[in-house]
Amino acid sequence: MSVNTIWVVVEPSSGGITTPSLELLTAARGLAGAVEAISWGPDTASNAQVLGDYGASTVHDLGELGGALPGVPVAAGIAGLVASAGAPDAILIPASYDGRDVAGRLSARLDRSVLTNVTGLQDQGSLVSEHPVFGGSLTIKSRFTAEGPGIFVIRAKSFAAEPAGGAAAAVAPLAIPDTGATGTATITASHAEERTGPSLDEASIVVSGGRGLGEASAYSMIEELASLLHGAAGASRAIVDAGWVPYSHQVGQTGKTVKPAVYLAFGISGATQHLVGMKGSRTIVAVNKDRDAPIFSIADLGIVGDVHKVLPALIDALKNR
Amino acid sequence: MNVVVCVKQIPDPAAPPSLDPETHTLDRSGKLILDDSDAYGVEMALQLVDAAGGGDVTLVSMAPNSETGGLRTALAMGAAKAILISDPSLKGTDALGTAKVLAAAIRRTPFDLVLTATESTDGYTGTTPVQLAELLGVPSITFAKSVAVDGSTVRVERQTEEGFDEVSCPLPAVVTVTAGVVEPRYPSFKGIMAAKSKPVDEVTVADLGLDGQVGFTGARQEILDVTVTESRSQGEIVADEGDGAARIVAFLESQKAL
Repeated sequence: MSVNTIWVVVEPSSGGITTPSLELLTAARGLAGAVEAISWGPDTASNAQVLGDYGASTVHDLGELGGALPGVPVAAGIAGLVASAGAPDAILIPASYDGRDVAGRLSARLDRSVLTNVTGLQDQGSLVSEHPVFGGSLTIKSRFTAEGPGIFVIRAKSFAAEPAGGAAAAVAPLAIPDTGATGTATITASHAEERTGPSLDEASIVVSGGRGLGEASAYSMIEELASLLHGAAGASRAIVDAGWVPYSHQVGQTGKTVKPAVYLAFGISGATQHLVGMKGSRTIVAVNKDRDAPIFSIADLGIVGDVHKVLPALIDALKNR
Repeated sequence: MNVVVCVKQIPDPAAPPSLDPETHTLDRSGKLILDDSDAYGVEMALQLVDAAGGGDVTLVSMAPNSETGGLRTALAMGAAKAILISDPSLKGTDALGTAKVLAAAIRRTPFDLVLTATESTDGYTGTTPVQLAELLGVPSITFAKSVAVDGSTVRVERQTEEGFDEVSCPLPAVVTVTAGVVEPRYPSFKGIMAAKSKPVDEVTVADLGLDGQVGFTGARQEILDVTVTESRSQGEIVADEGDGAARIVAFLESQKAL
């Protein structure tokens, strides 16, 4: 038994394809002889060259979803394709908001189990997936034991996205079956938060704050430092839950996975929930008043001290350069 | 309006977690408490039922033993009753099996809306709510940062990569709420006392007609091995003697980050 065919759920973004989708195409290309993409939105045809570059021979195009939340129609389309074309060995899905919806719907529709929080895949006759647990201190390897397709939900940045220079993917229209009551969730308006500087996902420097900042207003120092370093501002779950900053700033298990060149953590103790989202950073600097804080165990430079002294001094020093 | 809230009773996240050495699944043999993430759904449900002017909040939970500690916490907050699916054969059940159990239990009670957390704190698969919605044949809206019910429509502000979307769908529906969607109330003394006598309907897997579809056999996935991840080596940890900022500047320079 070996891995022959992998389908990848490719999420469109304004004017292109999300980076995690390209990461999954790259990974699929290394594991299977045949890689096919499933995508939607108005721009699939114009994305065909990029999809081919990253290894997809075909893109099954669901077209525009008419404002529907993608999870239900995309899963229904994939289930239809399984019925008509036969099941692939695996279906890879990005661990995004919509990707998780697709995975859940598809799993129940096909009555197939799903493996989530995947950070690695290996071909050992069948696909074996890696999952970090307990804040990444342990790695679990899993596989499916029953008939496929195996549905894997994969965390961002688990693989590098690398083009291979293939021909444009063939575009094959894919019909969306009637989804009845399940497909009635509709997007009526979209709001983008104002953002200056690089995004948390892509910044080469990330400055994050946690409970140790003491109060919501102190987060402005995190933002100021991030701006001075041309980086992005992040946060621990604790202060997101407390309402100090929006969820979009959250780094960790339930938030974003970041791998910047330098990660600076101020007043973050380093709960496993947080560590799993940032321990892949190239270097880590931590400032915390508690010498026993878990964050220090992975820091390249740790300052045991008061963030209310170190942060303003650091901001001043950078302003004066 | 009747709202069902799926809640999970989990090992205390403050205690160090461990894996069962034989099955490699999370050791849940100790005391279980209400998953913090679920308190938001319970509070949201109580507020929505209040706003609708009538109806009940029903808890649905699954546990391999007859644990009710976490349920009593949510009942003390104000939920009217609970359904507990408790069965030793549930040990090892995966996300889809869990969704099948919850769906079968929820069908035993009238509901307009099912609320859950986006994911549990201990297992964090994050797919069970949507699997549940598919099995119930209803729409779902995940990652809600606000929820309002307007007649027979639920309106949600749903988190996105860029900000948030306004999403709506007809009831009945499943909605997953993020932490911070509302401020959970603390159970009052009166609530805690009242919770002791609130009904907890305990059912088995056989009662739900799901024999053979749950537990390790139903999971259709296996853990091959568990290894200790190679840890990062610890760097230089120093006390701030007024030179903390200067040390960080020097470090950033060494990384060519300035």
